[in-house]
Amino acid sequence: MTSGVVILLTGVLCAAACALLGTFLILRREAMMTDAISHAILPGLVAGYWIASGPNLLTGVVGATGAALLTVALVEALQRTRRIEGGEAMGIVFPAMFALGTVIVSRSFSNAHLDTDAILYGNIEFSSFERFAIAGHDLGPSSLWLMSVLLVVNVTFLFLFYKELKLTTFDPGLAATIGLSPVLIHYGLMFVLSMTTVGAFTAVGAILVVALVIVPAATAYLLTDDLFEMIVGSAMIGALSAVSGYWLAIWWDASVSGGIVTMTGVFFGLALLFSPTEGLVARARRTRVNRQRFAVDMLLMHLSTHELTPDAPSESSIGHISAALHWTPGETAGTIRRAVDRNLASRTNGTVVLTNQGRDAVRTLLDR
Amino acid sequence: MSVLHDLIFDYTLRNVALGAMLLGIVSGVLGAFAVLRRQGLLGDSLSHAALPGICIAFMLTGSRETIVLLIGAGIAGWLGTLLLLRTVRDTKLSEDTMLGVVLSVFFGVGILLLTLIQQGNDANQAGLDKYLFGQAASLIADDVISFVVIGALGLIVVIALYKEFKVISFDPAFAFSIGLPTRLLDIILTSLLVVAVMIGLQTVGVVLMAAMVIGPGAAARQWTDRLHVMLILSALFGAIAGVSGAVISVQAARIPTGPMIVLSLTAIVLVSLFLAPRHGLLPDQIRRRRQQTRLRDRGFDAVAEVRS
Repeated sequence: MTSGVVILLTGVLCAAACALLGTFLILRREAMMTDAISHAILPGLVAGYWIASGPNLLTGVVGATGAALLTVALVEALQRTRRIEGGEAMGIVFPAMFALGTVIVSRSFSNAHLDTDAILYGNIEFSSFERFAIAGHDLGPSSLWLMSVLLVVNVTFLFLFYKELKLTTFDPGLAATIGLSPVLIHYGLMFVLSMTTVGAFTAVGAILVVALVIVPAATAYLLTDDLFEMIVGSAMIGALSAVSGYWLAIWWDASVSGGIVTMTGVFFGLALLFSPTEGLVARARRTRVNRQRFAVDMLLMHLSTHELTPDAPSESSIGHISAALHWTPGETAGTIRRAVDRNLASRTNGTVVLTNQGRDAVRTLLDR
Repeated sequence: MSVLHDLIFDYTLRNVALGAMLLGIVSGVLGAFAVLRRQGLLGDSLSHAALPGICIAFMLTGSRETIVLLIGAGIAGWLGTLLLLRTVRDTKLSEDTMLGVVLSVFFGVGILLLTLIQQGNDANQAGLDKYLFGQAASLIADDVISFVVIGALGLIVVIALYKEFKVISFDPAFAFSIGLPTRLLDIILTSLLVVAVMIGLQTVGVVLMAAMVIGPGAAARQWTDRLHVMLILSALFGAIAGVSGAVISVQAARIPTGPMIVLSLTAIVLVSLFLAPRHGLLPDQIRRRRQQTRLRDRGFDAVAEVRS
């Protein structure tokens, strides 16, 4: 395998593993936990480094997973005091852990190969050089093994606990009533998230983990309301970002992690603008259409109020309608045109009168 | 007394301590509002969102002047804030999802641009990455002066709009009903966090900014129920953390300043959480015990049982 293929595969596997969890984190409003965990594992990595007296995948992962779980527990403990709420608890715990890790690194391992830069933006570029070997047999790049294992673990977790996850996410009260512990499922999810963050982080860096967990899932959420579609969609968007981001980075000769994150952002931006249901464009159009409909209704009501009264001719002159309903001449003309197009009113030399269809429409409006 | 002597006469320590103190005061005051409005993590997102601004400012001007880069950082952070407020209002995405999206995407774009700049072989490019992890030791007198100006602008806005900010922090619905432009005020108050981030980037870096925004406010909240007292305490705690972190890191060998400031701040938060007379956990426990004994003395065993 060339190093390009290894990087691509690592990225795709990582994207899929992260996106699977991201869906549930977003729906449970726990997305920022990824950010907290990805930074808070630093002291755990340092501890792993210290125990093995050197870089070691196993002790590193064990230490970091321990630190991640400690972070989850500390955040929960702070929140339970009810003195420090939700997100703020995270904002106290993870910088403290990160700061502690940084201080230990610069006090004790200042010469060591523990690069804080690499922790933040990773070095997926070197993923083909770190080999996984058993008894001297080279079995391929370790990042590929790690990400494959994580993907399998995550798929298994979702497969086994899909029902439980779904119920505790959408109706924790009902879940508790029928004997499913929301707390247990929460910790299960946090455990899997910790392992994924740690694993993905050693392969691709902290920021890429956060992006791959949150952004593809958020993109998929903008496009669908169906849980299963959202899971599959976010995994696909994540993988697509990994491939296109890799090419972007190669093309510009820039950071691969940065390229992949940028592409997740591009896809998110497209969905945010153009999603048929949630997109800002569709939303603006809906607002405009509603406003125009309402204006037509207002016009019909106005005409109907004054119909058959002596002042009907003056009240239904175009100039007067503008003034009475506080519309600009343009708005008035447009509204009258739309009413005429729908056969609700007709225009006769400077005044507007209701048609029979228009009177029916007013009756329906009043019945509502 | 040598510490005090150094604080006044040692050029580096004086700048670092002053910079850290200013950061503590500004992020303390602005962060207190963020904590009350449960927007603490916004500081985290904004500081990450600032990175592409720094890169673009550098690419456009080729300048490494702190103030130029900070203005770029401020604009990027501000755009991130607007995007976040808009999407949370208009789509089904929750605030915490959007915090993560803004944080990671802006930062990822920043990393992409940073590596683009670095391959340009520009002699000037060195030093942009000090904004990632903060490099308080590199603060010079000019930086401190920039901080004073930026921070003062932020604090003046808070003082001028104090009453309005107070109302929208505690009762946005009431604020709207008495005709205040709540959406505008919301945007102003949230955008002011950008000011804190601009000062914090060089001092503590992107990652630790979350603590500088949340810590002082969360600690001050335990001591009082009055907003102006809370703001003053919050500024004070921020300043103490800043100065003590700076002094410790300069006195002891090989302790980076930013992380030390955050560790000092964490200590202040923990002390407040446990010991503050008003809402602290320990005084609360003591009060509860006392009340139990009193009830039991009067023969209300059942009530005491329930209360425990």
